[in-house]
Amino acid sequence: MASENQELKWIGTSPVRPDGTDKVTGRAKFGADLMLPGMLTGKILRSPHAHAKIKSIDTSKAEALPGVKAVVSAADIAEMPSEWVPAGELQLNYRDLASNIMARGKALYDGHAVAAVAATSAAIADAALDLIAVDYEVLPHVIDVEEAMAPDAPVLHEDMFTEGVTPTPDKPSNIFKEIDIGIGDVETGFAAADLIVERSFKTAPVHQGYIEPHAAVASFAEDGQAELWCSTQGHFTARAYCAKLLGMDVSDLRVTASEIGGGFGGKTTVYVEPVALLLSRKAGRPVRVVMTRDEVFRASGPTSGAANWVKIGVTNDGKIVAGEAVLKYQAGAFPGSPVQPGCMCAFAPYDIENVKVKGYDVVTNRPKVAAYRAPGAPIAEHAVESVLDEVAKKLGMDPIELRQKNAAREGTNAAYGPKFGPIGYAETLAAAKAHPHYSAPLGPNQGRGVASGFWFNVGGDSCATMNVSEDGTLVLATGSPDIGGSRASMAIMAAETLGIDVADVRPIVADTASLGYTFLTGGSRVTFATGMAVIEASKQIAEELRQRAAKIWDISVDAVVWEDGYAKPAGANAGDFEPLSIGDIAAQAGKTGGPISANAALNAQGAGPGFGTHICDVEVDPETGRVTVLRYTAIQDCGKAIHKAYVEGQIQGGAAQGIGWALNEEYIYDEKGRLDNPGFLDYRIPVASDLPMIEAVIVEVANPTHPYGVRGVGEVPIIPPMATVANAIEGAIGVRMTELPMSPPKVLAALDNGR
Amino acid sequence: MAKIHVTTTINGEPTEFLCEPQQTLLDVLRDELRLTGSKEGCGTGDCGACSVTFDGRLICSCLALGAEAEGHEIETIEGMAEGENLHPLQQKFLEHAALQCGVCTPGILIAAKALLEKNPDPSESEVRYWLAGNLCRCTGYDKIIRAVLECAADMRGA
Amino acid sequence: MNALTYASPGSVDEAVKLLAAADGNARLLAGGTDLLVQLRLGMIEPSLIIDVKNISEMTAIKEENGGFRIGASISGAALGEHAGMQRAWPGVVEAVALIGSTQIQGRATMGGNLCNASPAADAVPAMIAADALCTIAGPDGRREARVEEIVTGPGETSLEAFEMVVDFFFPARPARSGDAYLRFIPRTEMDIAVVGAGVSLTLDEAGVCTAARMALGAVAATQLVVEDAAKALIGSTLDGAAMEKLDSAARAACRPIDDKRGTIEHRTKVAGVLARRAAAIAKQRAEG
Repeated sequence: MASENQELKWIGTSPVRPDGTDKVTGRAKFGADLMLPGMLTGKILRSPHAHAKIKSIDTSKAEALPGVKAVVSAADIAEMPSEWVPAGELQLNYRDLASNIMARGKALYDGHAVAAVAATSAAIADAALDLIAVDYEVLPHVIDVEEAMAPDAPVLHEDMFTEGVTPTPDKPSNIFKEIDIGIGDVETGFAAADLIVERSFKTAPVHQGYIEPHAAVASFAEDGQAELWCSTQGHFTARAYCAKLLGMDVSDLRVTASEIGGGFGGKTTVYVEPVALLLSRKAGRPVRVVMTRDEVFRASGPTSGAANWVKIGVTNDGKIVAGEAVLKYQAGAFPGSPVQPGCMCAFAPYDIENVKVKGYDVVTNRPKVAAYRAPGAPIAEHAVESVLDEVAKKLGMDPIELRQKNAAREGTNAAYGPKFGPIGYAETLAAAKAHPHYSAPLGPNQGRGVASGFWFNVGGDSCATMNVSEDGTLVLATGSPDIGGSRASMAIMAAETLGIDVADVRPIVADTASLGYTFLTGGSRVTFATGMAVIEASKQIAEELRQRAAKIWDISVDAVVWEDGYAKPAGANAGDFEPLSIGDIAAQAGKTGGPISANAALNAQGAGPGFGTHICDVEVDPETGRVTVLRYTAIQDCGKAIHKAYVEGQIQGGAAQGIGWALNEEYIYDEKGRLDNPGFLDYRIPVASDLPMIEAVIVEVANPTHPYGVRGVGEVPIIPPMATVANAIEGAIGVRMTELPMSPPKVLAALDNGR
Repeated sequence: MAKIHVTTTINGEPTEFLCEPQQTLLDVLRDELRLTGSKEGCGTGDCGACSVTFDGRLICSCLALGAEAEGHEIETIEGMAEGENLHPLQQKFLEHAALQCGVCTPGILIAAKALLEKNPDPSESEVRYWLAGNLCRCTGYDKIIRAVLECAADMRGA
Repeated sequence: MNALTYASPGSVDEAVKLLAAADGNARLLAGGTDLLVQLRLGMIEPSLIIDVKNISEMTAIKEENGGFRIGASISGAALGEHAGMQRAWPGVVEAVALIGSTQIQGRATMGGNLCNASPAADAVPAMIAADALCTIAGPDGRREARVEEIVTGPGETSLEAFEMVVDFFFPARPARSGDAYLRFIPRTEMDIAVVGAGVSLTLDEAGVCTAARMALGAVAATQLVVEDAAKALIGSTLDGAAMEKLDSAARAACRPIDDKRGTIEHRTKVAGVLARRAAAIAKQRAEG
């Protein structure tokens, strides 16, 4: 077996992905691409009001329309008790999930699902939606997080009494929870500071913006078993949520993950999946529900908008002596914003003795937030990294040097609890400082910014099954939807471990009935955790192959080694045998014990935290406020890059999303609380001409808990860009931008006011 | 609702279909002809995932009616490879890892092919502006632009 | 469900007859890049869609008396490939080229851009600056109008019942003439104009401006012809002082709104900036 110290043959290379041809020819089947015989079209009626009591829903006319086969509403979902379960990096409450799928009693945001129909054509389904009469009593609404916290704000949930404060308030409010995190004593810390900088910030809610809308096809059989096909980051978690909502035995629901057209966290929960199942159960026919883009923006995602305050104290030599933050995140209509990880991440990159962070999880009349790439971290770290930039300027210190002076290292006690193992933050800073980008000259109206980011990364439950085919090729099944090339990474790790050609491994994503429970694709966990299951299965196969070779040669298994893809005699004493390939052994499997197969099931612990440091040059048009990103370099500790090009791709894509977050993306509401920009025309994600090439620089500080040293990669790169761009704009115009997005009207106003 | 009978050419094949007047060309391709390689990302011409060519012109198939196809020639992603041979752009996208989730890829390939037919030697900026109507949320465009530029160079050299 | 029908007439007369027969429930389909979006979003529910792309005079470009007659349903991409128009009216061509993506260019038309009557339509300020004319066909025959007279408000035009725009005419230009169009959007592509500015001007041999027209888009309910801006340029060499006057005149003309695409303050300021920048490009082009 390839030991981890041996020279690597596949890891770190960039072979063509196994599912690639299907994706460049249009053959790959995404969520909306499945059609079943007799399939109906499902459509969802949504609230046009931000906040309204639903006095009645009359579906009789819709039901009477020829071609309509089922109509459902909240009455078709059993009421759930409040119960929190893990969902990616966040938590999910079944009671709230049920009420989010179909509004119960009240509609809590523009776009909240109220009823759904299944009909024989899309046109009939649309007509049926028009025939559903909903009697609303419009209530006052609240969109802004700080307005929602005000004592006189309209209250969304009459039974919400702030958690985390003693005594528990006797009046309901929109503050679901208060969170406190810290170490040391910030008062003492600030007292020792030579310089204190504090600032308030605002960030806008932003959507994950995956190009493929949510889509599901459900088919219920008369015996209560059902099949579900959907675009999801986790078909096992989707199965759990849907079974719970429909009152099914989990094993009665078989979920197949379609190819997934982007998720970024937004497809870790369910929206249309239970609706398709409810409609199919009622209609007795397969039902497909596909969101429109308008529905995606109004009713799925986004991540929180927030109001934050950060205060940092340093001594004149640049040592941070205290850091304090207050983070107010809006959660959307139901509790569960990512403010907790935001609080934990805020100061995590730094070794600071005194830290105090207070967080608020606040409900507002907006869609319930969903996970988005390192949920919570970009919002908090944007504020901290912006203040650090200001600190560096005031100290007259290079901003990278300031960070180097305070960077968390192996052994640092993180403010959120643990002691760091081997981490690569310092290495990313050193690489940034040494990069030619950092010392390249700048022109007029141009500025350069740097900022860093931290994310935990997670592990968790994963399974892998590996079957040796008769010709010696292998089928590798995992339960992790492949969102950006993970099949290739799985094949690489299997080939490396077995010492075989990567082209001999055919990785697939198996459905929920064909493999053991595998947690969703999120938390940057797949290459780490599912990768560990794949390596484990590969080792089992190698072991089995040794056994079979021993049988063929009729020698002791101890006398057989597995090396470079061949069973070989361990030494001269073992006998003189020609090495056997997997194919040779597979051909004789029937005679040596039957099919060769392995299964690994594990809960991966010890995900290595990830750090990144970004450098950005911008040019600001002083007459219009337009910001152009001229050059961008993103440096990240990846532990070990398995598929180099896809690791770079994660870094580049994360940085691009962060640039969009920094400059133009935002949810815009009108005075009635209706979303004013539910489309790609006015929700402005970066287009190709908005961006320069994004140079991804991979730093490798191995994570010791993974056989090849892998750390999660996908989330860290979205954290630094907002502060990186803000710091670059400050460099160009001498004005500190504190509100996202830093769109042209805001930049021009800031220039004019010389703030 | 009377359906319209349309005779057209799709990927070089004479094709007939029936469609409702309000059905878009994208609806027809996907739902009537089962050519699901063209994707609906927005339905309003803002994302380019449904890109096809119409008499050689790049368009969003969500912004054309199925009925308009009468007598015209449509090319979709399903017609890009020739038999077993991928188009050089398809091959280059694979080699460059110029796709992650892959849902925007058919549209981008169709758009890039239309570009190289019109301009075999585009600058980086020309590629970026030509593809501005093709949203990709995964890659940050870097590897896509490189793949197109390198493919253009290869094709010029060939 | 409304019973929608689709027609694809081969002549303008036939199209006008269909328009009249539908009694206000018909919509013309040129490029469709606005119409199909409005259909999808349920903003309109016509009973008849009249496709005007199979009418040959509406998809032709002809040289006429040194000027150009351009069919109202010719696509932006086709117009952009016309060398004569590129030479004579680069500002108009670049304005049309700014409408949407490459894909949109494959379909979008000047006729549609004008008759959709959005205050932010990119082609319109450039056409107004060029003082383009259009041919309008209706039940009573054909008439000619100036493009600047067509849009009367958001989604509103001066076209009478059952009238349609057939083509545009860009007259022959005097020597030393140039035009330009610039717009401001938050991104580099794919946005609706936050401000648009079109300038067309003629210089004498000494470089003094003898004629000018300037139009703004997206800063009022319709495109604005800014006469004070033209006055600021005429008689000057487009020196600093004239440019300052132009900037002020453009800003003074603005009556914008705050919306999801821009603010009053930003739009007003940028209108002045774009007016100056467009005038500078037009001057450079006039100088050849």
